[in-house]
Amino acid sequence: MQTNYTSSRRNFLKLTAAAGGGLMLGFTWSMKAMADSVDGLAPAGELTFNSYLAISPDDIITIYSPNPELGQNIKTSFPMIVADELDADWSKVKVVQAALDTKKYERQLTGGSGAVPHSWERLRKAGATARQMLMEAGAKRWNTSIDNVTTDNGFVVNKSNGQKLTYGALATDAAKGVVPADVKLKDRKDFKLIGKFVRGVDNKAMITGKPLFGLDFYREGMLYAMVVRPEAFGQKLKGFDATAAKAVPGIIDVVSFKNSVAVVGKSTWQVNKARKLLKIEYEIETPLESTPDHDKLFKDLLESKDATARRKDGDVEAAFKSAAKVIKAEYQCPFLSHSPMEPMNFFAHVKENSCELIGPSQTPDMARQETAKLLGIPPDNITLELTRLGGGFGRRLKADYVLEAVEVSRLMKAPVKVIWTREDDMTGGSYRPAVRYRFEAALDASNNLTGYRLRGVGINSGNPTREDNFPSGAVDNLLIESVEYKSPITTGAWRAPITNFLAFAEQSFLDEVAQIVGMDPVQFRLKLLDRAKQNPVGAIKYDIDRMKAVIQLAADKAGWGKKPNIAQGFSVYFSHRSYVAQVAEIEMKQNKPVLKKIYAAADCGVVINQSGSLQQVKGGIVDGLGHAMFGSLTFKNGVPEQNNFNNYRLIRMKEVPEVEVHFVDNGIDPTGLGEPALPPTGGAVANAYYKATGKRLHDQPFIRQEEMKGVTLGERM
Amino acid sequence: MAHYKLQINGKSVETDVEPDTPLLWVLRDHLGMVGTKYGCGIGQCGACTVHFNGNAVKSCSLPVSAVGTNKITTIEGLSEKGDHPLQLAWDEVDVPQCGYCQAGQIMTAAALLNKNPRPSGEEIDNAMNGNICRCGTYHRIHEAVVLASTKMK
Ligand code: FES
Ligand code: FES
Repeated sequence: MQTNYTSSRRNFLKLTAAAGGGLMLGFTWSMKAMADSVDGLAPAGELTFNSYLAISPDDIITIYSPNPELGQNIKTSFPMIVADELDADWSKVKVVQAALDTKKYERQLTGGSGAVPHSWERLRKAGATARQMLMEAGAKRWNTSIDNVTTDNGFVVNKSNGQKLTYGALATDAAKGVVPADVKLKDRKDFKLIGKFVRGVDNKAMITGKPLFGLDFYREGMLYAMVVRPEAFGQKLKGFDATAAKAVPGIIDVVSFKNSVAVVGKSTWQVNKARKLLKIEYEIETPLESTPDHDKLFKDLLESKDATARRKDGDVEAAFKSAAKVIKAEYQCPFLSHSPMEPMNFFAHVKENSCELIGPSQTPDMARQETAKLLGIPPDNITLELTRLGGGFGRRLKADYVLEAVEVSRLMKAPVKVIWTREDDMTGGSYRPAVRYRFEAALDASNNLTGYRLRGVGINSGNPTREDNFPSGAVDNLLIESVEYKSPITTGAWRAPITNFLAFAEQSFLDEVAQIVGMDPVQFRLKLLDRAKQNPVGAIKYDIDRMKAVIQLAADKAGWGKKPNIAQGFSVYFSHRSYVAQVAEIEMKQNKPVLKKIYAAADCGVVINQSGSLQQVKGGIVDGLGHAMFGSLTFKNGVPEQNNFNNYRLIRMKEVPEVEVHFVDNGIDPTGLGEPALPPTGGAVANAYYKATGKRLHDQPFIRQEEMKGVTLGERM
Repeated sequence: MAHYKLQINGKSVETDVEPDTPLLWVLRDHLGMVGTKYGCGIGQCGACTVHFNGNAVKSCSLPVSAVGTNKITTIEGLSEKGDHPLQLAWDEVDVPQCGYCQAGQIMTAAALLNKNPRPSGEEIDNAMNGNICRCGTYHRIHEAVVLASTKMK
C-alpha cells in the first residue's frame, strides 16, 4: 500500500492509493483529535486519519465501523451516512467492524447516545469528498468539465452524452487526485438512504447462527474459565479448598487473584460443575447490607443536614413559608441488574510483553488502559478486537470482566476465555443505583407554582438529580439538592443513567401537582414551558420549543383528552440530547386496568435509519415499562436475593402493549436515540394508572405496590 | 466420558462428553455450532431453543444422554440457504436489535408454524412467551411471525 498523502485544509481526510488499485479515503472519527491539534495538544507529528472508506476496482465499498455494536444500530447507521453522501449503491457496501485503535478512532465507545451527534458531519464530508474525487476522475477521463458530470447510485455519469463508469472503474484514478478543500453536502431532500428503512448489516449472519458475539469466539487451545467472586458485597476472600473441584474431569487448575477464585478447564460445562465443588471461606470486611436497611437509610438521608445544593433559584424557604398550599410526594426505585442477554465474557491471551484481547466491550480503550496498568506494559502492546455485543445497557462500560480474563490468562500462561453464568452476571455487581426522591411544590392562593424543591438521595448514585432539567427555569424559587451514601454494593451507569428513574418520579409529581391545581396535565406543562420561555429563571439547559413540539405531537397523535373510555397518562422528558413525549392508554376490562397502547413522539433531529430509530423507541419503551413494572434486585446481608430470570422478572411478549411512534421532522442535526425513549415511559404509565384507578404509584417496581395488587398491566385480556 | 452419536441437522455427528452435559454446551463447545445461545441455563429465556423431533426444546436443560437418536435441528440447520420463511421475514422486518436472542426466537417460532401454519395473534403470544428479548424487539418478532405465516407452504 502506498500513501499519497494529501491533506485538505479541513484537515481530517487522507487519501491513499491501494496497492491492488482502488481508493482509500481515511478520515478522523475524532472531534477531540482535531480540537487537540488546533490547541497544539496533539502528539508531535501529523494527525492520524484512519477510519477508512475504501473503494476497490470491483466496485465493493468497504466502510470500517469503529464503535461497538450492541443493538443501537450504529454498524448500519454510520455507513448509511457515508454512503448517502457518496451516492453509493448500498448493495455493494460492506461494513467491517474495526479493531480498537485509539490513534485512528476517537470516542470508540458506546454510551450516552453520543455516537451519531459526534460523527454526523464528518461522516457526511467523508462520503461527499470521495464522491467529488470520483467525479473529478470521471471528468478527466472524458475530458470534460466537472460541472458536466454527476453521479447515480454507484456510477459517475457524463451529463452530455449519458456515458457511465462505475466507482470501481474510476477509483484508482481518483486516488491520484487531490482531496478537495471543501465539499458541498447534500440537501436534506436529496437523501436517498438517510431516513429510509435500512436493514441491519449483520442480519443474515444473525438469523443463520454465525459466530458474532464474544461468547461465540473460539480459538484452538483456548481454555475456559469461570470466576467465583464473594457472594456478599462487603466480604473478602479468606481461603479456599479446591481439591474436589480439581478432581472433576477436564479441570486444569484452580487459581486465585484478589478476592476471586477461578476454575480453569477444557469446556464450559466441566468448569461450571467444578466451581460448585469449591469450598471457599470469606470474611466480612465491611458491614453487610440488606434492603430494609436501605429503606430506613433513605428516610434518614432525606432529613440529612449535609445535602449538596445542585441548583438554587430565588428564595425557596420564603416561597414555602408563604405558600397557600404545599404538595409533597416521595418516589423510590430499587437496584436493577443490567442483564444483557449475552452474559459478560472476554478472551485474553497474555504473553511475555504483550496481550491480546477479544470480546464485547462498550469502552474498549478503557479496557486496554486498565489491562496495561494491571500488566505493567505499554497500552500499545495490547490489541483489542471487538465482537458484536449481545446487549450492553451500560454494563459493558466497565472492564472488570476483561481484567478477570487478563488475570486468569496471566496466571495460566495460556489463552483463556472467562465466561460468566447468568447467576454470575446478576450477582456480580454493578447495578443501577437505588434512589429515593422527595418532591415539594408550593402553590400561592391562585394555584401558581411558586416554589419547587427536590431532594434526591441515592446509594452509590453520584448526583441522582439532573438539576437543570425541566421544570428548572420555570419556577421562581427552586432548590435541587442531593445526598449520596457510599455502599460496598457496586453500581454503574444503566441505560439512561439516573433519568431512567428520575423522569418517572418527576413526571408523576408534575401530574400530582396538575391534578391539585385542577389543570389538564398537558396544559400544565405547556404553561410552565411558556413561563420559562417568556421569563426564564436562571439558566435554561433544554430547548423549550423542541420540548413543546414533542408534547404537542404526542397529544395530537394520541387524541389527548378526546377518548372518554380510555384513561390517558402523559409524560415528557429531555435526556441525552433528545426529546420524547409519551401518552399511555389504559382501559378497564372486567374491572381490571389493561395497558393497551403507548404513543411516543420523539425529536432526535434527523432520523438516520428509520428502522433502527423506530426500534430504538419501541425497545426503549418496552425496556422502560418492563423495569418499571417488574425490575428489582434486593439484598439480604449483602447477598443479592435474585440471581436468574426465574426470580428476576423481565418483560415478555404478552405484557407488551401496542406502541405507535412519531418523529418530529425539523432537520436539526441528529442527537441520538439509544436512551431517550426509555425515561418517559414509567411516568406515562403511572399517570394513566392513576387516571384509571385513582391510585398513585410511587415506587418501582409497580408490581410490588399495594396499589397494584393482582394486576399485570400489559397482559392482554 | 461417554461416546454419543447424535442426529443433528440431518447429519450424524459423534462426540465424547460427560452424560450430564446439556445439549447446549455439546453444540457450542464440542461441535462448534454457536448459533444456539446461552442466556440463563435454567429454561427461562429460550435463547438456547432447538428442535427435538420438530418440537421446540430448551437445550440448556436437555442432557446429551437424553437425546439418543432423536432428530435435533439447530438454527444452523433450519434451512440450507438461510431462506426459511421465518429467516426471510426476520430480515424483512429487521427484527434483531443486539440479535443475541434471535436464533432462539426463530427456532421457537419455527416449531409453532410447523404445527400451526396460521396462528392467531394470541397463539403467537402464547408460543413466544418463553423467549425473552432483553432489547424489547417483541413487536417485530410478532410481526415477523405473522409475515412468515402468510408465506408458509
Ligand atoms: S439458556 Fe436455555 S432457556 Fe435460557
Ligand atoms: S435482540 Fe437483543 S436480546 Fe433480543
